[in-house]
Amino acid sequence: MPEIKRRALLAGLAALPAAACTELAETGPAGDLFDAAENWHRTAHRALANRQALAPEYTPEERSPDIRGNGTRTIETPEYRAAQAEGFANWRLSVSGLVQNPLSLTMADMRALPQRTQITRHDCVEGWSAIAEWSGPQLSDLLDMAKVSEEANFIVFRCADVLYDRDYYESVDMVDAYHPQTIIAHELNGAPLPEKNGAPLRVRIERQLGYKHAKYLTAIEAVASFEDIYAGKGGFWEDVGDYQWYAGI
Amino acid sequence: MKRHSLITRIWHWINAAALIVLFMSGLNISNAHRFLYWGNYGFDPADAWLSVMRFPAWATIPQRYDLAEARDWHNTSAWVFAVGLLIMWIASLITKHFWRDIATSPRDWSPVSLIKAIKEHLPGRSTPHDRPYNPVQRIAYGAVLGIFLPMMVFSGLAISPGFEVSAPWLVDILGGRQSARSLHFIFAWALFAFFVVHLAMVLASKPLTQIARMITGGSREESHDA
Repeated sequence: MPEIKRRALLAGLAALPAAACTELAETGPAGDLFDAAENWHRTAHRALANRQALAPEYTPEERSPDIRGNGTRTIETPEYRAAQAEGFANWRLSVSGLVQNPLSLTMADMRALPQRTQITRHDCVEGWSAIAEWSGPQLSDLLDMAKVSEEANFIVFRCADVLYDRDYYESVDMVDAYHPQTIIAHELNGAPLPEKNGAPLRVRIERQLGYKHAKYLTAIEAVASFEDIYAGKGGFWEDVGDYQWYAGI
Repeated sequence: MKRHSLITRIWHWINAAALIVLFMSGLNISNAHRFLYWGNYGFDPADAWLSVMRFPAWATIPQRYDLAEARDWHNTSAWVFAVGLLIMWIASLITKHFWRDIATSPRDWSPVSLIKAIKEHLPGRSTPHDRPYNPVQRIAYGAVLGIFLPMMVFSGLAISPGFEVSAPWLVDILGGRQSARSLHFIFAWALFAFFVVHLAMVLASKPLTQIARMITGGSREESHDA
């Protein structure tokens, strides 16, 4: 229970319901209600718009001067530095899990696939936004090449970065995995992805907030459930901070 | 006939509770990035039109900085608030509450009638409280019901990227995502200002009677009691 500072009468009045709230949130029923409300938002969003509806795209002039790097901005491991020194020529992205045809793709393979270029807005859960041009193959093409099996319900993204001693990872359901704007970007504003934005590969999940857009991708995995992966909530921030798995709100 | 209909009373208290949770969890969310921008993008504090104070823990839900939990409180009570407002609006139109008590006529906007309404509320005056709302009250409640509260819903929906795809025009008419976020903040404080004045008015005119009436409904025929 956090300490309540009684600086003023107003403070005390405001603190009464709020302290009760914190206690409530940590008990079962409120947590269940929060999960239910999150699901209602996702259900409402998908009922209101076509499941393939596109996030707004902008003109080159509407881009912001830069796109802020957040979360991991640099990876200080010898392996990453070595990969970076050789222009990620030997970086591999695996596509595995519930697939009939597992893949191990090089950066050259990624560039050889049909590309999608989109100028989209990146919205961080903290509140800020930036607009930039992203290019790369569509995730749906990779999944089709790997022949995802029917039992797969989610796509998990595994990453090279480690925060708070934990591997970063994320996951989305098949609606967002097969969305046309869901791409594995290797270029930002026409140049190779900078380190702070996830070099050499990051996923774009354009209808959700920034923490879903996993950076420094090493593997894509089709799974039936993410309950057995790390702490089981489907993503790094979901596990560490109880962030919402559906980040479209 | 009751002074306040049952639906008005139920909505009033549910809405009050939802707004308190929304406001205090909103202050927690504001602490995550304390800068407001106009247009579609904004991330550099140097471009902000407003640098917002860091709200102290006692004013926020939860009572420590926790963006994830604050968003849970915020996005859950948003349902109560938005659905409640929609039901209240439909009910007000059906029961004619809106036309009878809130809608203004051109005469209500004349300086004479506005000054008269304000003068009646000066200290020492006897205020005929069982009358329908005076022009100042009609305009204030009309602005809150018709502009401030709906703007909270619309600007809130506009900053949700999952909702945006179903109504991108909403983000456009609000001037872009960061403008919508700024408007969400501005209207939240406009509602806070209304809340302060509303509370002051109740406290200045038999607060216990007023609060009891918002619970029991009171009666329209009650004689002058001021």
